[in-house]
Amino acid sequence: MIAIAIQFASACFGIGLLLNLWVMARTGTPGDKVLALDTMVINAIALMVLYGLSHGTAVYFEAVIIIAMFGFVSTVAYARFKLRGNIIE
Amino acid sequence: MAQIYEILITAFLVISGVFGFVGSYGLIKLDNPMSRLHAPTKATTLGVGGVLIASILYTLMSEGRLSMHELLITLFLLLTAPITANFIAKMHIHRHETPESLPKVGEDQSWATLAPEKHKPEAE
Repeated sequence: MIAIAIQFASACFGIGLLLNLWVMARTGTPGDKVLALDTMVINAIALMVLYGLSHGTAVYFEAVIIIAMFGFVSTVAYARFKLRGNIIE
Repeated sequence: MAQIYEILITAFLVISGVFGFVGSYGLIKLDNPMSRLHAPTKATTLGVGGVLIASILYTLMSEGRLSMHELLITLFLLLTAPITANFIAKMHIHRHETPESLPKVGEDQSWATLAPEKHKPEAE
């Protein structure tokens, strides 16, 4: 039962990742692209936690923490660049 | 007991999957930029939160101990999500809105992010 639920959730987050990629690549204002990048990071985090859950290992959590940190930094840097034209003033 | 754990884990996984999908779909579906800002916050809090609760319950079921990694991830995501949303909203105000098109403010003269800088910090 848990295995099927993990597959269902992985499919949902995977489709979400593709939708975000569509917004990133094709449509959307610059604000939407920043938002899509942020949501992509979140979906990738969920996918990695689900992968670690299905394999029964805790190794992926350390990687997830690092990705969460860099995702935040990259989103702020991207928004800053779109707003001001440079990142570190 | 294991049956109850399995049902709980499955329920949390299905809920989180649905909310994760809805968050990403709303990014395409909604037509107003500020409405679009609203949709992915559901994916952050309920989507990833549900997956992490399911992971905590799974560790509790299979190894009989509470795992703290998930709480760290939750803490970090919930701390950074409002800051990111604030940055994106400010970016929208500065790029796509004028002081006339924004809603009226209550007591102050104008929106804080549009106000002229009165005093600059000296040492920068």
